[in-house]
Amino acid sequence: MSDRQSSNAYWQANLRIIWVCLIIWALVSYGFGIILRPLISSISIGGTDLGFWFAQQGSILVFIVLIFWYAARMNRLDREHGVDE
Amino acid sequence: MDQFTLNLIVIGLSFALYIGIAIYTRAGSTSEFYAANRGVSPVMNGMATAADWMSAASFISMAGLIAFTGYDNSTYLMGWTGGYVLLALLLAPYLRKFGKFTVPEFIGDRFYSQTARIIGVICLLIISITYVIGQMTGVGVTFSRYLEVSNSTGLWIGAALVFCYAVLGGMKGITYTQVAQYVVLIIAYTIPAVFIAMQLTGHVLPQTGLFGTHDASGAKFLAKLDQVVTDLGFANYTGHHKSTLDMVLFTLALMIGTAGLPHVIIRFFTVPKVSDARASAGWALVFIALLYTVAPAVGSMARFNLTATMWPGAVTGTEAGSTFSEPAISLEQIETAPELQWMRNWQTTGLLSWEDKNGDGLIQYYNEAGAEGAPVAEQIAAQNLQGNELTTVNNDIMVLANPEIANLPGWVIAIVAAGGLAAALSTAAGLLLAISGAVSHDLIKGAINPNISEKNELMAARISMGVSILVATILGLNPPGFAAQTVALAFGLAASSIFPVLMMGIFSKRINKQGAIWGMLAGILSTLLYIFAYKGWFFISGTNMLEDTAANWLFGISPASFGTVGALINFIVAYAVSSATEEPPVEVIELVESIRVPRGAGDAVAH
Repeated sequence: MSDRQSSNAYWQANLRIIWVCLIIWALVSYGFGIILRPLISSISIGGTDLGFWFAQQGSILVFIVLIFWYAARMNRLDREHGVDE
Repeated sequence: MDQFTLNLIVIGLSFALYIGIAIYTRAGSTSEFYAANRGVSPVMNGMATAADWMSAASFISMAGLIAFTGYDNSTYLMGWTGGYVLLALLLAPYLRKFGKFTVPEFIGDRFYSQTARIIGVICLLIISITYVIGQMTGVGVTFSRYLEVSNSTGLWIGAALVFCYAVLGGMKGITYTQVAQYVVLIIAYTIPAVFIAMQLTGHVLPQTGLFGTHDASGAKFLAKLDQVVTDLGFANYTGHHKSTLDMVLFTLALMIGTAGLPHVIIRFFTVPKVSDARASAGWALVFIALLYTVAPAVGSMARFNLTATMWPGAVTGTEAGSTFSEPAISLEQIETAPELQWMRNWQTTGLLSWEDKNGDGLIQYYNEAGAEGAPVAEQIAAQNLQGNELTTVNNDIMVLANPEIANLPGWVIAIVAAGGLAAALSTAAGLLLAISGAVSHDLIKGAINPNISEKNELMAARISMGVSILVATILGLNPPGFAAQTVALAFGLAASSIFPVLMMGIFSKRINKQGAIWGMLAGILSTLLYIFAYKGWFFISGTNMLEDTAANWLFGISPASFGTVGALINFIVAYAVSSATEEPPVEVIELVESIRVPRGAGDAVAH
C-alpha cells in the first residue's frame, strides 16, 4: 500500500506543478497578449505597448522557459519519489 | 552563373543530402520504422519535430498573414507555439510511457474498445490527408517557380524523393532527414531577414530590430509603420481590430489542435525516456521559436518595404501625411527599372498586379474603404484617384520575394527556394508516416489480421506509405476546391476529437468506453456541422446554409475557432456519459496508473 500512497502523492504534486504552469501559460498569451492588453497599454516598448510584445514575442519566450522549468522540476520530483528511470 | 543554374545546384545538393541520409539510416524492424527504435536524443528529436511541424504554411504564408493584418494575426504566433506547452505538460511524457507506436493504439487500449480505436483512425486519416495535400501543392508551386518545370513535373519529382527516404527509412530515416531539412529551412528563413533588419533598423537580430528605431526617419520602426499604413487608409498595424472572444477561441483552437495533431505526437515516441519526452518538447519549441520570432519582423518589414516602394515619400518624415511628400511610383519605373525586376517576375505568376485606373501614369497604392478621415482622402480629391491601383498583392509573395525586394545576391534566392521545399517535404514525410502507421498497425494488424508477422507488417507499412504518397500526389495535382479551407478542418478536428480523448485518457480514471466514443462523436460532429454550415457541405461552394460573415456567426465565433467549442462539447459529453455508465475495468485503471509514473518506460519497448 505504501507504493500506492507514494504514487498518489507524486501525482498530486505533478498536478499542482501543471496548474502553476498552465496559469502562467494562459496569463502571458490570453491575458497580457489579448484580454489584459488595454490594462498594460501604458507601458510602452519599442514604439508600441507591452501587450503587443507579449502577443508577438514575449509569450513564445515564456513558453520555452516554462517547458524547461517543468521538465527540470519534474526530474527532481521523479527522484524525490523514487520513480525516475 | 544565372539564377536558374544556381537554384538547380542548391536544390540538387540539398536533395542529394536527404537521399544520402536515407540510405545510411534504413529501417530494418517495425520498431525502427514506427519509432526509430526509441534511440533519438531529445535535442535531435526537437529539431526533427520543428521541421515536421513547420510546414509550407509556416515558412511561406505566415509572415504574409501577419504583414497585412498586424497585431490581430498574432493569434497564429501564439497558437502555433503554445500547443507545445500543452504537449509537454499534458500528453507527451505519458504517451511515451505507454510505449506503443500509434495514437489510435492508445485510444483503443485505454478505452478497451475497437470502435474507439477505429474512430481514432478515421480522425487521423482525415486530418493527415487534408494536411498532406497542402504540402504537395506547396512542393509543386515552389518547383515550378524556381526550376521552371511544370507544376506536375515538380510534384512528381517531390513525390519520388519523399518515396525514397520515407519508405526506405521509416521514422528513423525521416527523423535524420528532418534534422538536415530543419538546418536548410532555418538558414533560408533567417538570412534575408537579417539583411533586411540591418537595412531598415541597423539591428543584426530581426527580433530586436522589430522593436528598434527606423534609421531613415529616426522614429521607432513600429510607430513609423503605423503612421505609413494609416496615411494610406489601412487599419493601424499594432491596433486591436477583431473580436476579443474570437481571438481567444481561435488561439486556443490552434493550441489544442497543435497538441492533437497525430504526426506531431508520434515524434515523442522516438525518445529513450519519459524525461526526454518533456525536454524534447522544449527543444522543439526552441527550434520553432527561431523561425516564429523572426516571422513578425519579416512580416512588418516586408509590409514597410512594399509600401515604401510604392510611395518613395514614405521613407522619411514622421508626421501624419508625410507619405505623400513625394508622388507615387510611376508606371514607367515599374515596367523598366532594373531594381524593380521582382515586380515584373511576380506579375507573371499572377500573385502581383497593378493597373493605372485614372491614367495619370502613376500607380497609387491605398485603401479606399478606410480612406475617410485618413490623410489619403485629400489625395483622392487632389489627384482624382479612381481606386487602389496595386490591384493584387498575394500574402505568399512576402517571404518568397523578400530577398529580391531587398536586392540580395542570387545564392540567397536559391537557398530560400531550397528552404521552402525542405519545409513542405519534411512535413509531408511526417504526415505520411502517421498515415501508414494507422493503416498497417491499427487497421491491418489491429483489426484485420492480428497474427501478421513483423516482416509482413513492415511490408504492409511500406506499401501503405507508397499508396498514400500516390494519393497525396494525385490530389496535389488536382487540389479539391477546399484546399484553402483544410487548415480550419484539420485543426478543428484535432482539437475537438484527438486532444480531449487523449487528455481524458491520462487525467481521468473514470472516463470509460462509452464516454470516449460518444464524446469523440459529439466533438467531431458539432465541429464539422459548424464548419460546413458556413463553408458549404464538404466545402462545395453554394451549399452553405448560413452566410460566412462575422455578423452571422454564433456569438461571433468564426468556423476556424470552433474547434475550441467542439473540444468543450467532447469533454462535457464524455463526462456525462461516463458518469451514467459503469466504471472502466480494473486492468484499465492499472494502465492509467502505470502511464502516470515514468519508471519502467524502457521495458515497454518490447512489443
